[in-house]
Amino acid sequence: MKRERLFVMPSPFRDEFRIHGFRFGSGKKSMAVVGAMRGDELQQQFVCSRLVHTLQDMEESGKLVPGHEILIIPSANPFAMNIGKRFWAMDNTDINRMFPGYPLGETTQRIAAALFEHIQGYQFGVHLPSYYLPGDFIPHVRMMHTGYENVELARGFGLPYTLVRNPLPIDTTTLNYNWQIWETQAFSVYAGPAGVIDVSIADVCLSAILRFMDLHGFIHYRSHPGYHSEVVQEEELINVKACRAGIMYSMCRPDEIVRRGQRLARILDPYDGSVRWEVRAPEDGTVFFMQTSPMVLENSVLFRLIPS
Amino acid sequence: MIKTVTSTELPVDEHLLIRKNSISGGSGKKRICIVTGTHGDELEGQYICYRIGSILQEHLDLLDGTVEIYPALNPLGIDSITRGIPNFDLDMNRIFPGDPMGSMAENTAYNLIEDLKGADLVLDIHSSNIFLYEVPQVRINQLTAERLVPLARYLNLDFLWVHEAATVLEATLAYSLNALDTPTLVVEMGVGMRITQSYGDQLVGGILNLMRHLGVWKGEVPEPPAGHKTILSTGGTVEFINASASGVFIPLIRQSNQAEAGQTIGRIVDPLHGSILQDVVVEQPGFVFTIRAYPVVYEGSLLARVYREGKA
Repeated sequence: MKRERLFVMPSPFRDEFRIHGFRFGSGKKSMAVVGAMRGDELQQQFVCSRLVHTLQDMEESGKLVPGHEILIIPSANPFAMNIGKRFWAMDNTDINRMFPGYPLGETTQRIAAALFEHIQGYQFGVHLPSYYLPGDFIPHVRMMHTGYENVELARGFGLPYTLVRNPLPIDTTTLNYNWQIWETQAFSVYAGPAGVIDVSIADVCLSAILRFMDLHGFIHYRSHPGYHSEVVQEEELINVKACRAGIMYSMCRPDEIVRRGQRLARILDPYDGSVRWEVRAPEDGTVFFMQTSPMVLENSVLFRLIPS
Repeated sequence: MIKTVTSTELPVDEHLLIRKNSISGGSGKKRICIVTGTHGDELEGQYICYRIGSILQEHLDLLDGTVEIYPALNPLGIDSITRGIPNFDLDMNRIFPGDPMGSMAENTAYNLIEDLKGADLVLDIHSSNIFLYEVPQVRINQLTAERLVPLARYLNLDFLWVHEAATVLEATLAYSLNALDTPTLVVEMGVGMRITQSYGDQLVGGILNLMRHLGVWKGEVPEPPAGHKTILSTGGTVEFINASASGVFIPLIRQSNQAEAGQTIGRIVDPLHGSILQDVVVEQPGFVFTIRAYPVVYEGSLLARVYREGKA
């Protein structure tokens, strides 16, 4: 393993800003993995750090297959993480909305450009992002429908679901989208909610990445084959929204199978505890996403169901 | 008449209210909408809303149509000095035309579009951000330039910037409304978190001028200062000047100035060592229409935009 400084930028008042990469093996550029691009993506950084640790062990025990180069970048935004901010600390811009970057542009465009330069040309790219709404998902792989995606490959992670999203204009500046446009097979692996470390979800995510590496012959890793991943188009998902605001008392959890009319949650009046609204499943399905913020606004998306 | 455009319940004893003041006069059927406050740190539009509302209400007899004033598309952001919508990751001006089945923010964006579409003109007023000063200017996507540039000229601002199309900008309020055949002009002026009254008065005069052109205003219109001209960007190029060093930027020029070839328009200095890190020099003469306002810069921070005549 080689630990490399991929990008360094002086700061007016802080220590240097640095992005480090951990390179395993040499030869074909087989896989790049990017962890935290936001300062609250603790889980994503944790998974990457464990991946680095695991690959180090494998390297020492001869379980890395020669001829493949694997690059792991646990964090592209340590400055934000160190001060508890989600986005770039100076101007609150999101590095994951700056791809493919611009080396002569704004600061986060430059960071994105430098990062993208190092992770281009790999056969596979894995990003561990968090979602823009606070909540919890069934473990899944997310892909953009760009015309270059290969959904069958995503099944190799062995996670329960593969979600395919039609990109909106705002998605065209994400890493996942641009990786695909630049001919890397890109996958966003859901590693858990932002702001916390959940070891059991991290284990699932780590196993999925290692399983994928083994499947494609980059490492020797014995594990169960995982799930036969179900492919879901995002537009199939049923949004269950809050008709009232208040305290959400959830009565189900991600991956639960629910029946039409089943009570999913109650929204309580924060003054007197009375029930303002009973949230019920509009169709039979499986809970794919659940909002986890205890206080909900009217019209919030509380659940997303995969219809049966 | 004050109307509520959208009302969304918040968890504890409050509603998120987006309101507008709908002012009508005469028998004219045209509707002009003035919207601002999409970004909670941009306040220049507040002065415009106040002045236009005040003028129209004092002179209803001179109004022939309807003017609707929306001071705060993002009231929670303005109230908490937050650029975006609190507790929502995405820029509000990147989620249009919204989605009635989406999150609260996407639902709100959808309702706003439904309310604004069909207007004869929408004016979307921005004030850059806390980092940059902008001269009063109109920004127009090149896809809509043919229709909008003639209208924008009536605003008598300093600069009309016809910029290239970009996929990510297809989710702005202006793009979405223009796509729905509702002509929408985007004004940028001043700086975040402040009100530049002189710019505001200039724009108020321009709005009345445009209203008069559209037949909605029958009153007098303040004349622009002698010699004032609006620069249109299509005859030249816009240069972006970004910081080459991280430090503290000291401007040596004000925006709205003509810079000479070789002129130093600012410096990036190092307060710890007492040294100059970069002299920011304009290589070709041009019109500085953007200049850095917030002093602390990183490599890449935008320091200035300069317009120069002639194609590159």
